[in-house]
Amino acid sequence: MSKFIDDIVKCWTLYGESYIDGAGRTIVISLVGTIIGCIIGFAVGIVQTIPVSKNDSLAKKVVVKILKIIMRMYVELFRGTPMIVQAVFLFYGVQMIWDVTLGMWPAAFLVVSVNTGAYMAETVRGGINSIDPGQTEGAKAIGMTHVQTMLSVILPQAFRNLIPQIGNNLIINIKDTSVLSIISVTDLFFVHKSVAGALYKYFASATITMLIYLTLTVTASLLLRMLEKKLDGDSSFDLATTDTLAHTSGMLTYHEKKKDK
Amino acid sequence: MAELILDVEHLSKSFGSNKVLHDIDFEVHKGDVISIIGASGSGKSTLLRCINLLEDPSGGKVLFHGADITEKGFNLAGYRAKVGMVFQSFNLFSNLSVLENCVVGQRKVLKKSRAEAESLAKEYLEKVGMAPYINAKPRQISGGQKQRVAIARALSMQPEVLLFDEPTSALDPQMVGEVLNVMRDLAQEGMTMLVVTHEMAFARDVSSRVIFMKDGIICEEDTPQNLFTMPKKQETKEFLSRFMAN
Repeated sequence: MSKFIDDIVKCWTLYGESYIDGAGRTIVISLVGTIIGCIIGFAVGIVQTIPVSKNDSLAKKVVVKILKIIMRMYVELFRGTPMIVQAVFLFYGVQMIWDVTLGMWPAAFLVVSVNTGAYMAETVRGGINSIDPGQTEGAKAIGMTHVQTMLSVILPQAFRNLIPQIGNNLIINIKDTSVLSIISVTDLFFVHKSVAGALYKYFASATITMLIYLTLTVTASLLLRMLEKKLDGDSSFDLATTDTLAHTSGMLTYHEKKKDK
Repeated sequence: MAELILDVEHLSKSFGSNKVLHDIDFEVHKGDVISIIGASGSGKSTLLRCINLLEDPSGGKVLFHGADITEKGFNLAGYRAKVGMVFQSFNLFSNLSVLENCVVGQRKVLKKSRAEAESLAKEYLEKVGMAPYINAKPRQISGGQKQRVAIARALSMQPEVLLFDEPTSALDPQMVGEVLNVMRDLAQEGMTMLVVTHEMAFARDVSSRVIFMKDGIICEEDTPQNLFTMPKKQETKEFLSRFMAN
């Protein structure tokens, strides 16, 4: 046991800074990846829920149909293949086709974003469909377009309902960025592999790495809970009147005023 | 005769093989208050939803000031802004405050300034007796209050016609009165209204014309005095006697 503690102390004193750097990169990659992924997901989700009525022009119908097919293919492709393979595929694919070697950051952001986007697209579609269709009709009935309805009414509500799922994605990304070490992204897992390899202290280094990952995910989870609470807003509201006798049903004031006439 | 606003011609609607509206013909003139009565499933709500194109009609025309609303390229958003709708289930935007519910349409569709939209919204909320509640969210107010906000939301668009789809059917009996009062005031002020309702007293006392629907056709259309006291059709008699007996 004391040897194990010695090992941990040794790993930490020699490479503590590397662990922290690695953890920092893991945070940045998973945060940026999740945020861009959410934006992609929302965009794809909105396109997939565009309604087409028979009065729309042929051009609109064709464009929407093609867009929906492309989005569908994107979702199936990136949801249906492992991220570790996607990383290799995108990194070497870009190199092959455009003759550009992506740096560590762009490569990491690209892989995590498109992967998260594919999952989020389906989640957002579900979130949009879960909002009472009556509200969409209410918005239609005052002349709002699909995009206006989405931005002002449906998405803010869907977003609130999706936060647990966004949290899931963030936590999954914090852990799954570890597969990016295959394209030499120097995240926390990469640091662990290097340290373990240099000192031959696999168990000690894995313990440190586990603890850091756990700290990150639990913190993320707590922060998201707080955001959720904040978005729910106040459970009470102010009556916009100075009349302290205003009846809470709002009816008494109405009738009394009518009698005065 | 006052100006013709809506002209419904040979309107029909099917859901698959199920034909719910047959050859509906009627006109709405400025200042009309038309009540549409009939048993559940007779096509009243579908008729209203076809007029606002929440359902696409299967045949026939709806002319708004002479322009066919089912034509391709018709400015649907502009039309809907002029033809307000109040729903049975209120359909307020749950993420927005009472005030914002009445402002968002004016801002997005009519492109009004925030100040202008807010002052108009407050004016109409005052009218329906909901001015003190501008900061409340829909989940914090009662059903009758929600429906009054929904009416204020429709009014804030300053529509030419208001469609009411069973506005009191989802309400407790004691809340029905507060909503009907607001509607009665609107009728007296000359608002053009098309009301699908089961409130026979409202249809009899407030409307200028009553349409009785049965099995997707207009069975009888007349002034409320004539329709309620001396209905011509046997079906109307039966419906009314059953209703009064309840």
